[in-house]
Amino acid sequence: MKPPPVLAVEGLSVRYPVRGGLFGGVTGHVAAVDGVDLAIARGEALGLVGESGCGKSTLGRTAVALQRPTSGRVMLRGQDLFALGPRDLKHQRRHAQLVFQNPKTCFDPRRTVGGSVRMALDTQDLLDPGDREPAVADIFARVGLRPEHRSRYPHELSGGQLQRIGIARALILRPELLVCDEPVSALDVSVQAQVLNLMKELQAEFRLALLFISHNLAVVEYVADRVAVMYYGRIVELASRAALFAGPRHPYTRALLAAVPSMDPARRDEAAPHLGEPPDPARLPSGCRFRSRCHIAFARCAADDPALAEANPGHAVACWAAVPDGPSVPASA
Amino acid sequence: MSSTLRADPVTTASDGPASGEQLLAVRGLRTSFKTSRGELKAVDGVDLDVAAGEVLCLVGESGSGKSVLALSLLRLIEPPGSILGGEVRFEGRDVGAMPRRALRRLRGRDIGIVFQQPQGCLNPVRRIGWQVAEPLMRDGLGRAKAWDAAVELLRAVGLPAPADKASAYPHQLSGGQAQRVMIAVALALRPRLLIADEPTTALDVTVQAQILDLLRERCRAIGAAMILVTHDLGVVAKLADRVAVMYAGRIVEQGPVADLFAAPRHPYTRGLLRAAPRLGEIGERLTDIPGGIPDLARMPPGCAFAPRCDTRRALGLDRCLDEAPPVFAAGPAGRARCWALAGDAA
Amino acid sequence: MTDALVDLPDLRVEPRWRRLIGRLLADRSAVLGGAILLLLLVCAVAAPLIAPYDPLAIAPMARLRPPSPQHWFGTDEVGRDLFSRIVYGTRYFLLICAVAASISASIGTLLGLLAGAGSALVDGVIMRLIDVLLAFPYILMVLVVVAILGPSLWTGMAAVGIAGIPGYARLIRSAVLGVKREDYVDGARVLGASETEILFGTVLPNVLSPLIVYLSYATPLAALLASALSFAGLGAQPPIPEWGAMLVNARTYLFSAWWAVTAPGAALFVAIFGLNVLGNGLRDVLDPQG
Repeated sequence: MKPPPVLAVEGLSVRYPVRGGLFGGVTGHVAAVDGVDLAIARGEALGLVGESGCGKSTLGRTAVALQRPTSGRVMLRGQDLFALGPRDLKHQRRHAQLVFQNPKTCFDPRRTVGGSVRMALDTQDLLDPGDREPAVADIFARVGLRPEHRSRYPHELSGGQLQRIGIARALILRPELLVCDEPVSALDVSVQAQVLNLMKELQAEFRLALLFISHNLAVVEYVADRVAVMYYGRIVELASRAALFAGPRHPYTRALLAAVPSMDPARRDEAAPHLGEPPDPARLPSGCRFRSRCHIAFARCAADDPALAEANPGHAVACWAAVPDGPSVPASA
Repeated sequence: MSSTLRADPVTTASDGPASGEQLLAVRGLRTSFKTSRGELKAVDGVDLDVAAGEVLCLVGESGSGKSVLALSLLRLIEPPGSILGGEVRFEGRDVGAMPRRALRRLRGRDIGIVFQQPQGCLNPVRRIGWQVAEPLMRDGLGRAKAWDAAVELLRAVGLPAPADKASAYPHQLSGGQAQRVMIAVALALRPRLLIADEPTTALDVTVQAQILDLLRERCRAIGAAMILVTHDLGVVAKLADRVAVMYAGRIVEQGPVADLFAAPRHPYTRGLLRAAPRLGEIGERLTDIPGGIPDLARMPPGCAFAPRCDTRRALGLDRCLDEAPPVFAAGPAGRARCWALAGDAA
Repeated sequence: MTDALVDLPDLRVEPRWRRLIGRLLADRSAVLGGAILLLLLVCAVAAPLIAPYDPLAIAPMARLRPPSPQHWFGTDEVGRDLFSRIVYGTRYFLLICAVAASISASIGTLLGLLAGAGSALVDGVIMRLIDVLLAFPYILMVLVVVAILGPSLWTGMAAVGIAGIPGYARLIRSAVLGVKREDYVDGARVLGASETEILFGTVLPNVLSPLIVYLSYATPLAALLASALSFAGLGAQPPIPEWGAMLVNARTYLFSAWWAVTAPGAALFVAIFGLNVLGNGLRDVLDPQG
C-alpha cells in the first residue's frame, strides 16, 4: 500500500480569456494549462521542462495556491487546496513552499533578509517567539551563509546568496512539497552549480517532494528522478529520468534534446532540428497540438488529439506514433 | 576621451591571430564606470585580435565586463562610463582617433551589431521592411530598390514569406523572427565584423539552435568576422573558432576552441567547463566554483580569481594574492593569465 | 558548507536610514532645501526671540517706512514691523503645510490603498469618486469648500487639504498596483500571510518612497494655493501675519512702498523654493530609477 502522494494534480486547467476587437470583448481562450494530471511522492524530484509559454510556471503556481485553476483539483497531502477556507489554506501553505526564479525580486526590499525568513515563522506561528531568531540563524548556516547575513538587505547580496536565502525561507517551515520555478536560470554558471548541489542535498535531507521547473534539460537531468515534458499546456511525455534521456519517445522531446548545444566543439556540425515557428496559443492546430511542427505527423494527428498513455511501463507519451492504440482527448466544447 | 597609445608591456607580443589578415586589434583597453561606491573597472587592460572571417567568442559571467568590452570597441560607452585608455584598431585605423562621422560610418557599415533583446531594438511603429531598408537607403539606394533588397535580406535570414512579412510591425513577430530581422539589419551593408551580444539568451533552445546556425551561415556567406558575447559554453562550442574567457574585466585565457575545451589552462576556465551541467554526463555532484564574482569596486591586488582558485590552494602559490599575473603562453596557440603557468613559460 | 562565504570580504552593516541620510547629505539640492526648511522651523519656534517687535503692534507714526537699521524690511501701511511679521508668518506657513498635507496625504493614501488592493467594485467606486473630484478645476473645488465653510485660516487649510486628496489617492493606487505584482508579495502570500497582513505589512512600506516624494512636491503647491486664498480674502484674515494676506494689503502701495510687497513675496518664494529643491533631492535619493 503506497502512501498518498504529497501533491496530486488532477485534470487541472487554467484558462485565460483573450480580449480583442474594437470593444475589448472576449474573443477566445488560451489554456495555459490544459488538463494535466501529475503526482509527486515524498522524497521524489519531478522535473518539469518546456519552453517559454508552455504553462509550466502556471502549473507550479497552482501547486502553491498562487493561481486558481479554471477546473480540476490540486490535492496537497490529500486535501483539495482550493476547497479550503482561509484558515485551513493558511495551515496547508506551510507544507507547499516556492522558490522563485529571480532571487533579486522575491524579497521585500524594505526588510532585512533575516527578517524575511523570520516572517515565515511569524506568519505560521511556529516555535516560541524566543526560538525563532536562533532557528533563522541555523537555517542560514545550513544553506551556507553566516548568521551575520541576516541583517543584510536584498540589494546588498549577490544572486547566488539570495537564492540560498530563498531556499532557506521555504525550508524553515519544513514543507513536504517544494516547487522551484527556474531556480537557477538567473544565476551564473559557477554559482548555479553551487545552488543545484545545495538543492539536491536538501531535497534528500528533508525528503522533499520537489517540483523542479526549468527550461534547461541538463539541469533537469541533474536534479530530477522523473521528468515531465510540457508543450502548450499539456504534458506530452512523462518518464523516469533514465528512460526519458536515454529513449525519448515524443518527437518534441527529441527535438528539445537535439537542440541543446553540445559542449564538445568536435560535434558542432551535428544539424540542429528546425522545428519551425511555434503556433499562436489561441489557435492551436486541430488534433495533436504539436503536429504543425512535427516532421513525422500523419493523417490521424490532425483528426485525433492524443492523450498521455503508457508506451512502456512507467513511460507515458502523448503521440500517435509512439502509442498507436492509446486513448484520445475528447474535443472540448 | 583620450586615446593614449599605452600598451601593457607584458602583452605587446605579436602573437596575433593564427591565420587570415588582421581585422581588429585591441591593446590595453580600459573602461571604467564612476559610481557612488567608487570606480568600477569593467574592462581592465584587454588585448584582443580578430582575424578577417573568424568567429571569436567572448565568454564570461555577469559582471565579467564582456558586454562593456564589446561596446567599448565601438566607443558606445555613455557616462558614467568612460574609456580611459588603450587602443582599438579596425583595419589599421585607430577607432579612438576617428571623428564622429567616421565613427558612425564604422558602426553602420563596417561593423554590425546584434543585441540580446531583439524586440527592444526594433522601432515598434515602423514596418520591418523599412527598418532593414534604412541602412541601404542611407547608403544611397533608392526607396523602391532598398525595399526589394530588404525583402531579399529577410529571405536570406530565413523569415517565412518575406515579401508579406516585410510589411509587418515588430510586435507581430515572435522572438526568434525578430532576432532574424535584427541580423538582417546588422548585415545589410555587408560589414566586415558582426558583434553579437548574447543574441540567443532571450530565446528558447529550439529557436536558439536555428539562430546560431543562421549567424554562422550568414557571416560565412558575406565573409564577415564575428565577435559573439555569451555566457553559454554550449554556444561557444557550437560557433567559436577562438575563445576569450573574461573574468572581472580581464581576459584570463584565450585560444583556439578545440584546445581550450580539451585542455583549459586557466583554473577559472577549467572550473567553468566543469560546473556547467552537460546532458548525459550527470554525476552525483556538480563541481562548482566556490564563492562568487568579486566586487569590481574592491578588486583584490593580485589575481582576481585567486580567492576562489583551487589550483592556487593546491600549489600553495602565495604570489597570486599580491601580484596580478601577466600573460603566459598556454598550450600550442593559447595565452592565459595565471601564475601556475609561469613554469611553462620559463 | 562554506562555499558562499568567500565572496563577502567585508560585512559592513550599515542601517538603511544611515545610508539614506548619507546620500541626502551628499545631494546639494537636498542640503539647500533642508537648510531653508530648518531656517523656517527655527523662525517659527523662536519667533518671539528673533522678532524685534510685536507683529500686530500698530505704529501710526511709522507708516510705510523703507528698510532701515530699525526696521530691516521696512514697515507696512499701519506701521507694523515687516521683519517681525515675516518671522511670525513662518508659523502660519508651516501650519498650512502641515495641516493641508496631513489631510490630503492621510485620506488620499487610505483611499489609494483601498482602491489599489480592494476588489474591482471597491476600486471602481473610489476611482469614479476621485474622477468626479478631478473633473472640477482645483481652484474651483477649493472655492466651493470655502463657500460652504466660510472664509477663515482653518477653512482655507481644510479646502486646500481636501483639494489635494485625489492626487494622493491616484498616486498611491498606481503604486499599490505596481507593488502588488512584485514577486515578494507572492513570497509573503506563499508563507500564508493574509491579504490584510500583506497590504499593511508588505505593500504599504513599499509605497512610502513615492509618497514622501509626492508629499514634498504637493506641499509647497498647497501652501502657495493657501496663500493665494488669503490673497483673495478667502483664507487667513487680517491682521494675521500670513504672507498671502500681507500681500493683499501691500499691493495698494506697490509703487510707493515696494518693500511692503517684496518682503512677503520673497519669503514665499524662498520657502516654496526650499521645499521644492528638498523634494528634488528626496526624489533622487529615494527613487533613483524614477
